Amino acid sequence: MDLTKVDAIIENYDGDATSLLAIMQDVQDQENYLPREAVNHISTKLDVPVSRIYSMATFFESFHLEPRGKHICTVCMGTACHVRGAQRLVEHLERELKVKSGGTTEDLQFTLEEVNCVGACALGPLVIIDGEYHGNVTSTRLTKAVKNLKTREGGE
Amino acid sequence: MTVKFTINGVKVEAESGDSVIDTARRYGFDIPSLCHHQAVTPYGACRVCLVEITKGGRKKITTCCNYEVLDGIDVVTDSEAIHKHRAMVLELILAEAPDAEPVKKLAAKYGVNVSRFERPKAGAAQERHDCIMCGLCVRVCTEIVEVNALAFNGRGYNRGVGGPYLEAPQSCIACGACAWVCPTDCIGFVEEDGMRKVLKWDRELPMEKDEDGRPFAPKFQLHYFKEKFGLPADIYKKAPGTR
Repeated sequence: MDLTKVDAIIENYDGDATSLLAIMQDVQDQENYLPREAVNHISTKLDVPVSRIYSMATFFESFHLEPRGKHICTVCMGTACHVRGAQRLVEHLERELKVKSGGTTEDLQFTLEEVNCVGACALGPLVIIDGEYHGNVTSTRLTKAVKNLKTREGGE
Repeated sequence: MTVKFTINGVKVEAESGDSVIDTARRYGFDIPSLCHHQAVTPYGACRVCLVEITKGGRKKITTCCNYEVLDGIDVVTDSEAIHKHRAMVLELILAEAPDAEPVKKLAAKYGVNVSRFERPKAGAAQERHDCIMCGLCVRVCTEIVEVNALAFNGRGYNRGVGGPYLEAPQSCIACGACAWVCPTDCIGFVEEDGMRKVLKWDRELPMEKDEDGRPFAPKFQLHYFKEKFGLPADIYKKAPGTR
């Protein structure tokens, strides 16, 4: 990762160690995960021990220390979505993307994740692809959405 | 400022800011605890030091390691109710750390030999179940030694303690303070073949030898002390009495 980007983020918060969590979030927004060299860099810049950053990063579910895909598919597994077949959607995506739930494809294009509820139960089953909420999804629509992303990547 | 209160009916005095547990121990009252050490910030993690404190006519059972002394409170360090609560707490701790001898011993004192609760799930970070997550090692490493090698990781069932990225912590000087302070003796500290090893963290450091070739302390630790306290370069060459 480009460490000057990390520097810019730290600068945004005036190098204040109390903003550590926000800095970590911003770094993760850039890379979809927290690269180890970025963690080390933040540690030296803010004079916060690596052990503490690691502690925080593993405490919060929203931080990732392993590389994640360019596109992130999150399947809502809340009660409402669950009864409308969210589990089948996960299995469908697992086959479609050839990756286990929670994992990332080898080409670092897709990450498949589950989330327990996003509070949009009326739209269930719900799948979030790159921050875009798809309500009442079916496996056919998912296949299309994934294909779209794949061809867009291929066309670039 | 001096604070006056009673423990088990005995009049005692302490400085404001002192904890009830330290004052009680100073006066010879026996209060069990696992996670407390007076050198570091109280944490209230193990809950074994429960006592009954009456303040303004209201009685409550609370941990006394993180309870600061107050004028006029009455502390009772043992009663049937306290005994019952401590037994319960120890049964829970025993479920978390069934392999820890000191925990077994203390629990047996309270009549708890088997825990009714389930063992921690297999595949948790630790193989032996002897850590009670009291955080004493973390606090000592952060507050006293100030190398910040250790921290908690994960959360809930998967909580663990160790170096960042679950690797041997690179800032660890193998001073052994964590192993010394650990209430369950689960860290492990050995010196052999000129190496000092802190087993739980998987940290191994080569040791400096004295004139007679006997290893006495890890080089990295000596270097850290020298830097930290601004000691002269040849400090470790001189015999201890003449430094």
